Amino acid sequence: MKNTSRFVPALYILFLLLPIYWLVNMSFKTTNEILGSFTLWPQEFTFENYITIFTDPTWYMGYVNSLAYVSINTALSVAVALPAAYAFSRYRFLGDKHLFFWLLTNRMAPPAVFALPFFQLYSAVGLFDTYWAVALAHTLFNIPLAVWILEGFMSGVPKELDETAYVDGYSFPRFFIKIFIPTIAAGIGVAAFFCFMFSWVELLLAKTLTAVDAKPIAATMTRTASTSGYELGLLAAAGTLTIIPGAFVIYFVRNYIARGFALGRV
Amino acid sequence: MNKIENQKAWFFVLPVLLLVAFNAIVPLMTVVNYSIQETFGDNTFFWAGVMWFEDVLHSERFHAALGRQMIFTFSILAIEIPLGVAIALTMPRKGFWVPVCLVLMALPLLIPYNVVGAMWNIFALPDIGLLGRTLNAIGFDYNFTRQPGDAWFTLILMDVWHWTSLVVLLAYAGLVSIPDAYYQAAKIDGAKPFAIFRYIQLPKMKRVLTIAVLLRFMDSFMIYTEPFVLTGGGPGNSTTLLSIDLVKVALGQFDLGPAAAMSLIYFLIILLMSWVFYTVMMRNEAQ
Repeated sequence: MKNTSRFVPALYILFLLLPIYWLVNMSFKTTNEILGSFTLWPQEFTFENYITIFTDPTWYMGYVNSLAYVSINTALSVAVALPAAYAFSRYRFLGDKHLFFWLLTNRMAPPAVFALPFFQLYSAVGLFDTYWAVALAHTLFNIPLAVWILEGFMSGVPKELDETAYVDGYSFPRFFIKIFIPTIAAGIGVAAFFCFMFSWVELLLAKTLTAVDAKPIAATMTRTASTSGYELGLLAAAGTLTIIPGAFVIYFVRNYIARGFALGRV
Repeated sequence: MNKIENQKAWFFVLPVLLLVAFNAIVPLMTVVNYSIQETFGDNTFFWAGVMWFEDVLHSERFHAALGRQMIFTFSILAIEIPLGVAIALTMPRKGFWVPVCLVLMALPLLIPYNVVGAMWNIFALPDIGLLGRTLNAIGFDYNFTRQPGDAWFTLILMDVWHWTSLVVLLAYAGLVSIPDAYYQAAKIDGAKPFAIFRYIQLPKMKRVLTIAVLLRFMDSFMIYTEPFVLTGGGPGNSTTLLSIDLVKVALGQFDLGPAAAMSLIYFLIILLMSWVFYTVMMRNEAQ
């Protein structure tokens, strides 16, 4: 039993890493080697693909654009979700349960359904092809998620904390910023992690709402795949680089992941 | 916790409400608007009533796409949920390996959807991909771009690769919340491992597992980018799931009316099934 229990997660992680290894492996190969022969590791090791990405603005601006709208989206979603989650966890008000479910229904809306209307809406308000268009569009599913996670964390904080603060003469804004937010810091971290995650991985809306100036890296990749034929090495290098920000974020929240999943309900 | 009745709480919710309403209600109304009108492409619209809805509900194409979607969603649920629970049960609870496992397992969750598709594409190509080459070398006639069965196998394997970790993390979170005293009590009673699983671990994981099923159901029903990049819905129409079909109708053929009607039916199916899950979940929590 002891041996098998080590064996299963190890095998699973191996399964997870194999496709990633193949991508990284391919990113260090030349196009000739990829198409000409089947090799388990690069024979003619090359940084050519990475050099292309870091020197060509149509490539590296894709990363800048993606990180820009993901950051705006994460900050915005968490900022507006904080007071709302507080209201849901502390007060009863007219229509609160319906409102909560309505918010969640937006997490269930398929992006494919909204792609075209979003394009028309953001063109009409003049935000098309800006970071704000994508950041705002992604709040559709990230705000409900952030409210859901934060509400879970806040309900875990005893109400006596609020009451003691008022007795001590704290005003509400001062209590919220000085006491309450530090108390649920872990929850904010987890909510920010999920907002980052879902905004970073989404492509359909990000691609529909941008053309040139705010084009995300993922969309740049689909263009290269279709127009310049078989530049698989370049594609693999670009793909490898999209994994890195995610890996960083996971590393920073690693101690909260398990706890966050349990408390934050997601 | 008993909550205080306070109508001013609405002010706290207002920013969220405005932002989400801007993003949800205007586009939804646009879709509803298209779904009940007919156009000949010159920006003049005619009342069409429920014509498009009847068309979609009776079209074989929609039934076929919905059928494929159901098969896909229920297959991945049937694989990912038990597999995720099994892996969570065998994961270490303490020590150096816990964060290592968590970080490595969470990695696929943070890879952009199209990169997942592209990665699996080059991983499974029969001539230059590790998986495709290996399968052919050991005697399978494997080619996911030509044979529908292979395309389905690759699609489901990709989704298992991509999302099982979510189930693992959720189930693991449920498991670590069980106090040690429970296990000690079970040991004193001489409980078998299966009895421990059935009467201690499973009940404790019930809530997180409901969430896992709900999330996996919603997300797999909405899946678009990964299968689009991997197979493009082919070979033929064999892996054309609902989203892919919808985008083909809406952006490819620009049939706004049928696409809008299809969108609404699609959204309602997800909404209805999610509402059932949500109600069951909330009832469990209330108990």
